[in-house]
Amino acid sequence: MSAQADTLADVKVTRAEVEDFFYHEAALLDEWKLKEWEALLADDATYYVPPNDDLDGSHKDTLYIISDDRERIRQRIIRVLDPNCHAEFPKSRTCRLITNVRVLKVEGDLVTATANFVCYRYRRFQREFSYVGTYRYILRKDGDQFRIKERRVFLHAHELGRLGSVSFIL
Amino acid sequence: MPTMETSRNEPRSFVVDDPQKGVFLLDREALVSEDVLRAEIKNIFAKCWIYVGHGSELKKNGDFQSRRVAGRPVIFARDSKGQVRCFFNTCRHRGALVCTERHGNVRRFSCVYHGWIYNNDGSLARIPGDEAYIENFDTSGLGLKSPARFEQYRDFWFMCLDADAPALTDYLGKATDYIDLVIEQSPSGKMEVLHGTQEYDVQANWKLMVENSVDDYHLPTTHSTWLNFMANSGVKVEPPKDKDLVLPTRGFAFDLGNGHFTTDNVNFRGRPVAAWIPLYGESAKAEMTEIRAELVERLGEDRARRVADTNRNLVIFPNLVINDGSSVTIRTFFPDGANKMQVTAWALGPVEESESARARRLDAFLTFYGPGGFATPDDVEALELVQQGLANWSDDRWSEMSRGFGREGEQLNSDEHHLRTFWRHWNKLMTGAQA
Repeated sequence: MSAQADTLADVKVTRAEVEDFFYHEAALLDEWKLKEWEALLADDATYYVPPNDDLDGSHKDTLYIISDDRERIRQRIIRVLDPNCHAEFPKSRTCRLITNVRVLKVEGDLVTATANFVCYRYRRFQREFSYVGTYRYILRKDGDQFRIKERRVFLHAHELGRLGSVSFIL
Repeated sequence: MPTMETSRNEPRSFVVDDPQKGVFLLDREALVSEDVLRAEIKNIFAKCWIYVGHGSELKKNGDFQSRRVAGRPVIFARDSKGQVRCFFNTCRHRGALVCTERHGNVRRFSCVYHGWIYNNDGSLARIPGDEAYIENFDTSGLGLKSPARFEQYRDFWFMCLDADAPALTDYLGKATDYIDLVIEQSPSGKMEVLHGTQEYDVQANWKLMVENSVDDYHLPTTHSTWLNFMANSGVKVEPPKDKDLVLPTRGFAFDLGNGHFTTDNVNFRGRPVAAWIPLYGESAKAEMTEIRAELVERLGEDRARRVADTNRNLVIFPNLVINDGSSVTIRTFFPDGANKMQVTAWALGPVEESESARARRLDAFLTFYGPGGFATPDDVEALELVQQGLANWSDDRWSEMSRGFGREGEQLNSDEHHLRTFWRHWNKLMTGAQA
């Protein structure tokens, strides 16, 4: 929760604004424009993919799939853009379908919003990968801009199984 | 190049093992053939001790975990009296799974089909409508079946389908020294499996994961982005000074007998147990100094250095890997067809670890391991590329594994000595050849 949340009036936010932001972000990720995507992150941004068998556990005592602070996200971007990131070279083609967008909570300048998604991922000669899940974001609203404070990705499959790796930004 | 033809009386071998020429070759059929897989199920997975789970996953009486062990659905449970047990998750009546939840705490397991009920010690509790059977119908032998053998070493529980197998501790042999070394991270000698399971498939033969788990030769190429990340995070990754080395520090490989083997390296990558690197942050320094002091006090300077300043990847034949490197993982995998495996990985830590040390251990795990880590996805990619390339196996038959063959004395982690150790043992079990 933002320290300012107690003192600031709640920002006004519409679902359409959040949807537009999600669609914009999805396009940047699908087009591998990760430097532009990084510009959407707040300075204290975090990115989590909890394990399929313990979606509610804390990353401090539970083994996650991904648990990145802002610096780790920066390093992840460096890694996945490197041609020596073999799991993503040549780059996967991805296509995200985002739906069921809901604004759950507004506290001061922080907006909690969720969406369901399917992210299809294709690699040459390989099976199709369908990542099905729910995004849960905490967005910081500043004027008419959003910045991502927390980005949490819940995968619905009981186990990662045939999806193999999460080697791209999901 | 050698060919597969052998004289009629000679048993087939999957390896060419020629110390005179310094050549070791593996027949790629071993990595692609469904016939070989069928033989492995019989000669390896039904003969060897297979890891089931860790006692810490069953904290209270009545706790259970249901999982597949080498493809077999089993229930790993602590019964109401506290005894750890393993049952086939198969109803004695018509064969349905009797436990469908991943984990939980129960006194009884009941089959949804006709309602047969079993106690958490496996014994049969009730057959619905039992008046329909003849008088004195004998139900005493109708409890859930267990694997022929079920034994533990320091709370690592294994099953074996062969009643005549040697005792688990004899089977593990010298590998127990390395398990002990991992457990010595804990002041009380007790480690626990942490919450959160990584379960993912790799479209590659299961034996490629055995090789990959201990193959330090591949690190600079497969994991250059991880090495960059370490450098970006303030860890010195200097090129090796000595000839023959591919990593910044010297490391060895040891044959531990019975097909088990390990790497044993001087650490350069940081260890949550008491080898600080900048990646952990300045705030971690004080606590890690304390953890280190406790190790020295309890184990002495030399042994503390062994626990904290060396890392190892241990393979217990056939399919258990304990990576004691950037963190501690228990990793097991089993074939789902010749071209595919299912991997399960857990994190392991000392039971008395503080919240901050636990968080650091888990974070360190993710810097390297797992489906979202900075290294494992590239391992998976490499193995899948091997499997795709092996479609040409019948016309390009032999994998080259001669690196370091003929080296006298200590064997290097970046050679293929330990891989040859695995394949010789595997070949022996598959063909009856002398290792």
